[in-house]
Amino acid sequence: MKLNYLTAHEILDLIKENKTSAQKVYKSVLDQIDNSEKAIKAYANLAERSEISIDENKPFPIPIAVKDNMCVLDQETTCSSNILKGFKPSYDATVIEKLKDSGAIIIGHANMDEFAFGSSTETSCYGPTHNPWDLDCVPGGSSGGSTAAVASNQAIWAIGSDTGGSIRQPAAFCGVVGLKPTYGRVSRYGLIAFASSLDQIGPITKDVEDSAILMNIIAGYDPKDSTSAKPEDALFLNTLSCRDDNYSHSCDLPDFTKALVNDVKGLRLGIPKEYFIDGIDAEVKQAVLDAIERLKDRGATFKEISLPHTEYAVATYYIIATSEASSNLARFDGVQYGLRKIPERPRKSSIVDMYEETRAAGFGTEAKRRIMLGTYSLSSGYYDDYYLRGLKVRTLIKQDFDKAFKEVDAIVTPTTPTTAFKIGEKTSDPISMYLSDIFTISANLSGIPAISIPCGFSRNNLPIGMQIMAKPFDEEMLFRIGYTYQQITDWHKKRVNL
Amino acid sequence: MDKTATKEYETVIGLEVHLQLSTESKIFCSCANKFGEDPNSLTCPVCLGLPGSLPVLNKKALEYGIKAGLALNCSINPLIKFDRKNYYYPDLPKAYQISQYDMPVASNGFLMITDEDGKPKTIRILRAHLEEDAGKLIHESTCSLVDYNRTGTPLLEIVTEPDLSSPQEAYDYLQNLKLTLQYLNVSDCDMEKGSLRCDANISIREKGVIKLGTKTELKNMNSFKAVKTALEYEVSRHKKVILAGDRITQESRLWDESKQMSFSMRSKEEAHDYRYFPEPDLVPFVVSDERISEIKASIPELPFTKLERLIKEYKITEYDARIIIQDNAISDFFEECTLHYKDFKKICNWINGSLLQELNSRKTKLAQIDLGALEFTKLIQKIDDETLSNLAAKDVLTHMIDSGKSVDEIVKEKGLSQVSNDSELEKIVEEVIADNEKVANEIKEGKESAVGFLVGQAMKRTQGKANPKKVGEIIKNKLSKSQ
Repeated sequence: MKLNYLTAHEILDLIKENKTSAQKVYKSVLDQIDNSEKAIKAYANLAERSEISIDENKPFPIPIAVKDNMCVLDQETTCSSNILKGFKPSYDATVIEKLKDSGAIIIGHANMDEFAFGSSTETSCYGPTHNPWDLDCVPGGSSGGSTAAVASNQAIWAIGSDTGGSIRQPAAFCGVVGLKPTYGRVSRYGLIAFASSLDQIGPITKDVEDSAILMNIIAGYDPKDSTSAKPEDALFLNTLSCRDDNYSHSCDLPDFTKALVNDVKGLRLGIPKEYFIDGIDAEVKQAVLDAIERLKDRGATFKEISLPHTEYAVATYYIIATSEASSNLARFDGVQYGLRKIPERPRKSSIVDMYEETRAAGFGTEAKRRIMLGTYSLSSGYYDDYYLRGLKVRTLIKQDFDKAFKEVDAIVTPTTPTTAFKIGEKTSDPISMYLSDIFTISANLSGIPAISIPCGFSRNNLPIGMQIMAKPFDEEMLFRIGYTYQQITDWHKKRVNL
Repeated sequence: MDKTATKEYETVIGLEVHLQLSTESKIFCSCANKFGEDPNSLTCPVCLGLPGSLPVLNKKALEYGIKAGLALNCSINPLIKFDRKNYYYPDLPKAYQISQYDMPVASNGFLMITDEDGKPKTIRILRAHLEEDAGKLIHESTCSLVDYNRTGTPLLEIVTEPDLSSPQEAYDYLQNLKLTLQYLNVSDCDMEKGSLRCDANISIREKGVIKLGTKTELKNMNSFKAVKTALEYEVSRHKKVILAGDRITQESRLWDESKQMSFSMRSKEEAHDYRYFPEPDLVPFVVSDERISEIKASIPELPFTKLERLIKEYKITEYDARIIIQDNAISDFFEECTLHYKDFKKICNWINGSLLQELNSRKTKLAQIDLGALEFTKLIQKIDDETLSNLAAKDVLTHMIDSGKSVDEIVKEKGLSQVSNDSELEKIVEEVIADNEKVANEIKEGKESAVGFLVGQAMKRTQGKANPKKVGEIIKNKLSKSQ
């Protein structure tokens, strides 16, 4: 098998045995990019190859794709938006610093929906990314470039960000493993914010083992991010209020690879009835039910649970996420960096003209739609009915999970209601696009960790993902169940030949 | 006479003070919090609001906010929460200001002032909240430039209830507020440097009417004096408008110091919707009661408590005490002096007279010079024991401050010891009488008041070293003897 088809842990074993080198692995990835990037368009910007250095002595010299919303020193970082064209950060995001320290080779910025606004990577200013399993299909989004890069073996690892499912949904569509860690587990410093209270950076890998390895590199308290979890800081957890004393789980940073245990015996797993609704694709449903059977075979017990406020999750999410986004995106005004446009003929004051012209030209349709939605929700006279009510429902959704986790150790659901849809199929229907995240959004609203793991293929040979959710700071539970599942199935070993 | 013209109006004023806290670093990043450095030299991704950067609260800024709140008799909200205030302006790099909206760190306090009848009056403080300062725009002829050094300077916004009834009360409130804050060492309160800025809300209403009149907001005053003048101008402007049968427009107005007038800023302000919402990048947290108690314990005796105590304890006049408490260092110095020297009135005279003169002429503060209380009282003692004349003592004080040397050293070096030796003095007096025959004759004829003139001449001749009391006696003796 080609080196770039391997997982990182396989590569690291080979390097240890002197059977290959980081240089060779890197070369195989570049060859793949030269071969298939034209068709996939996974990358927004590739780093200059002449500027890449490989340190064979570092522990993890693994080629990695980074979503285009994470600041890399002196590397154009644009959130796949025209408004940030030319923006070269003067600093590294904390995760980038950690990756560089570990020896990871950042090969480029992966394509994404503009400012992570989307579920298909079609709203990028660079054009859509194509699903490696079917080039006519979307890779999902918004981290579609990252998941497509890994699925097409154009990167061994990738880093994405997940605000409402933006790691898990494209991971499911592309047949890779995508983890959204607990809110506060990975530093957001240097992640260009979409919705600050929901955003979380996470690993995108070919299997669960790599996911745990990559988490070991990127997770941990960061004094530069006030929302990152400090192990000794009990107060943080209380105010985050995404956990309950009855099921308190330490937020100390574990060695995640220690959770890679092939054993689910006695684990109590929940199946929320609200997630197996009408309208869910029969093949998707069947694949997840099959996966549940396999876990049962290994000794896990299942029970039906209820997360009664699930039906409000999408609405709540679109209030809160767009409200925060409208504020987070206000800084793109043409003053300091990125695009600046000045109208030929002055209309209002010169500064207002510049704001309006720059933002009108720089943002795409979906970004404008969300900025308007959020601005409306926060406006005086509407705040109480929208944003404030949204926060209240968010609390109810959290409480659903609090209650559920008193009865079960983890919750298993489909990651998405369908497999990957066709490029262009949903671009004119935002609501149906938003519903693509219906199963993933609740984990962001409640702050809990969730992972998507490949669990089958449709008749059209499109990947299907199973989502597992656990208590706050219990990513280890996800790794344990996922690892066990991957010992008895081969879905994660399927590779696209491009 | 027209009835409306005789109507009596009362003035209602509320003040908003923006206070820059004198922390080492900025409120949400570790950049230095300094004034007067090269433009944009004190910046980082956080205070520049670069994409991806995140704020982290400076604990010192919070401590200063709590300290000021406690000193202003506020209750402290132990749950610290920040909000975003959204608006576009080129000096605001994130296009939102991190501030506190519905949960200010301090609320419901008060500060005492003295009203026009000399009675104590309570000015209620509605709230004091923490926020970040914006940058500074510099307008050139063809473009505007932004200096982000000030961006992220910690601010405490202190808002009063509309309890002030005159421009003078507003002035007094600001004086008392500044003094209190200076005692706390949380800000240098320098209006010229912009470390204390004040906006004033003002309205007038007919006496007896409960409903508040339409207010205007005054901005751009750069001294306490300017606040007072601007308010006086605005009060009379309101009266004129109302007496002419017109209505006051609710608006913000800029004070123009050179023209001594206020001008409308165009009432765009009212259209602003700041869309406040909780700042998601800062997790709310609770300050423990112990921490608040610790901060409380660190508050020194405040100026007006000190004023009363000084009057009572040292039996000095209120006038003297008021001058002494204007500077915490001075009042401490006074109290230290009282340990070495028991004529408290005399200490006051020397502090409030010569010492303050010396400090003012040097544009410095006591804390910046090398002068010990013990040496200072020794100097006063030298007058008592007639080693030094008043005049010479002043000279010695100047040298003490210049050189940091002791009283004795300077007296010795400069040969400033008072001349009390009778024969020496007699010689001097004889010379003075010889040079001023006319005056001497007047004294002989009984015009005793002229003695002082000759004493003055003798002092001059000895460069202040002569003992004036003795000189006076000798003059009187000589001029009566020869009669």
